Amino acid sequence: MQTNLSPTAVAQAPADGRETLIEVRDLKVEFNIRGGVVKAVDGLTFDIKRGQTMGIIGESGCGKSVTARAILRMIPKPGKITAGNIYYHRRRRLAGQQTAPTETNVIDLTTLDPDGETIRQIRGGEIAMIFQEPMSSLTPVYTAGTHINEAVTLHRLLPIKTLGDQMAEKIMQYRHVTREEARDIAVQMLRRVGIPKPEQRVDSYPHQLSGGQRQRVMIAIALSTEPTMLIADEPTTALDVSIEAQILDIMRELQETANMAIMFITHNLGVIANMADEIVVMYMGKQVERAKVVDLFYDPKHPYTKALLQSVPKLGPKTGQRLASIEGMVPDPLHLPTGCVFHPRCPAFMPGKCDQIVPRWVEAAPNHWARCLLYEE
Amino acid sequence: MVNYLIRRVGYALIMVVLVSFVSFAIIELPPGDFLTQKIEQLRARGDRSAEQQVETLRVRYGLDKPFLERYFNWAINFLRGDFGESFEFERPVSEILGARLGYTVVLAIATTVLTWALAIPLGVYAAVKQYSLGDQIISVISFIGLGMPGFLLALIIMYFAIIIFNLEVTGLFSPEFQDAPWSFAKFMDLLGHLWIPALISAVTGIGGLVRIMRGNLLDTLGQPFVEAARARGLKNRTVTWKHAVRIAINPLITILGSDVFPSIIVGSSLVAIVLNLPTIGPVFVDSLRKLDMYLAGTCIVFLTIMLLIGNLVADLLLAWVDPRIRLE
Repeated sequence: MQTNLSPTAVAQAPADGRETLIEVRDLKVEFNIRGGVVKAVDGLTFDIKRGQTMGIIGESGCGKSVTARAILRMIPKPGKITAGNIYYHRRRRLAGQQTAPTETNVIDLTTLDPDGETIRQIRGGEIAMIFQEPMSSLTPVYTAGTHINEAVTLHRLLPIKTLGDQMAEKIMQYRHVTREEARDIAVQMLRRVGIPKPEQRVDSYPHQLSGGQRQRVMIAIALSTEPTMLIADEPTTALDVSIEAQILDIMRELQETANMAIMFITHNLGVIANMADEIVVMYMGKQVERAKVVDLFYDPKHPYTKALLQSVPKLGPKTGQRLASIEGMVPDPLHLPTGCVFHPRCPAFMPGKCDQIVPRWVEAAPNHWARCLLYEE
Repeated sequence: MVNYLIRRVGYALIMVVLVSFVSFAIIELPPGDFLTQKIEQLRARGDRSAEQQVETLRVRYGLDKPFLERYFNWAINFLRGDFGESFEFERPVSEILGARLGYTVVLAIATTVLTWALAIPLGVYAAVKQYSLGDQIISVISFIGLGMPGFLLALIIMYFAIIIFNLEVTGLFSPEFQDAPWSFAKFMDLLGHLWIPALISAVTGIGGLVRIMRGNLLDTLGQPFVEAARARGLKNRTVTWKHAVRIAINPLITILGSDVFPSIIVGSSLVAIVLNLPTIGPVFVDSLRKLDMYLAGTCIVFLTIMLLIGNLVADLLLAWVDPRIRLE
């Protein structure tokens, strides 16, 4: 097993008392297609802490979903991770073995075999994912219960006994669940995500469930294994607004009880403001800004973030103003602009600078990072 | 469900009657009848003595009666289990077909098993490893199989079998076993001959199935539920077979019904003619050529019945496999 220690893993003590779970360092994902190379993710760096919600926002095609899939090593062909590391601070429970709950191993996910044993234990078991398309994310010929069983029998471990307390840590022993237990867990999970009559619904086929119910089932599947992180890739985009609110409530509620981290991917600024602790803004595969949610919404630094926030429609008396939109078009990913990729659309464009110099990642304000020449010396 | 079955069987019966009538009429369309052909043959040989017999034969076979009367007589007798008499063989149709039914069924089953056992794994492999060398090879072979008529392949195999291996590949038995009673040695001899027609039919039949399986599976593999299954941590093999193939195979079930059941009657007739197999196919083709009405009509009715049964079985299988189309 890979146990490369990341540069920060040992030394850095978390400032806010939360421990690091995922460190993405200078991640690059490229798609080698016929017309050239698309840099879907280009130099992404961020951390996710245990129990924290990290929001990733950006327009369609900016690399949000590819980032999520890179963490699970599920990038579709012909995409490849070409540089960077994803350090995962792993705390494992093993069936039949004694494990202390805080024994942490750091593994670099980018070095794993994408079809191998280790990543398959992590997928679904430790990092679960829910998708944008609840209508087609369940296999049509299997019941909700079958889907949950699949995840539970693979990953869920139940404590057998506590072997003793050592240094204030409980040493636990675990075992895999049995068939009957898996079914009980399925019913419990469906009840927890708010599906009525879960004892009957567990035997429902996907076509017998509504869109909102299917997304609840997806959440139930994802959370049935008690993962340490949930990746939610636009989980409410396909749902109507009232269902969206319910789904978000469920996610928040379950996060609190399970101390689970969430990586929440969306293009909906209203949703992310409610969900996230920290936000990464992406544009054309690049990370343009990262800040705590309050800082980002009240004091956005990067012109792209500012433009994005202005383009949110506001409720209230009629103002007669047109809804602001970002000038210009999203550039062709095969022929990205020189310098700062946002310069052709940027209201703060500085000729001679922005189209020539590639901006660096700088701390524009305390704990508020941006990639813009406005904040460079 | 019972209602549905009764309705389906009812439609099927009406269909059989219609098809039998239409096919009888179509066989009737060419000018003359079986006996006109026979007289021509006799004349060509200069034999005039038989011409007197012809009239008696015409009366005996009822060929002097109008078309409708002949059809209804035959149809009513058909229901009683009397399929009429073959002009060509001068024996009851049931006897001719019965003697050949066993081999035809054996050959059809052997062909189907071989075809499907090869086509599905090959199609799945080609889709999972899209654009790989293996996929390209499978594609080329399946296109050859699609494009090459079975009888041509039969001729090629016969040629090489005789030239290179000095093997007699026609028929289902070696001459010494032809009339021998059943024994283990005869059974082994049957197996030794059976693989050739089965292989030929399989090669020509695999092509289409492989292409359909590959195409469907490629579509299915791009579906969100396949990615979701992978994200649950399942093995690739489980994802492919349990989640993707299970969905992608549905159209093949329909093909199974409409293809395999009729092939019990007329499966690869041309191959059977070339290889001189004692199956129903060659007799059926011959009866159509010679206007041997009752034999041809009986074959067509059974062909229709098989097709209808096949479709019904396919629909039931589909409902069993796919909960979305189950009748509540």
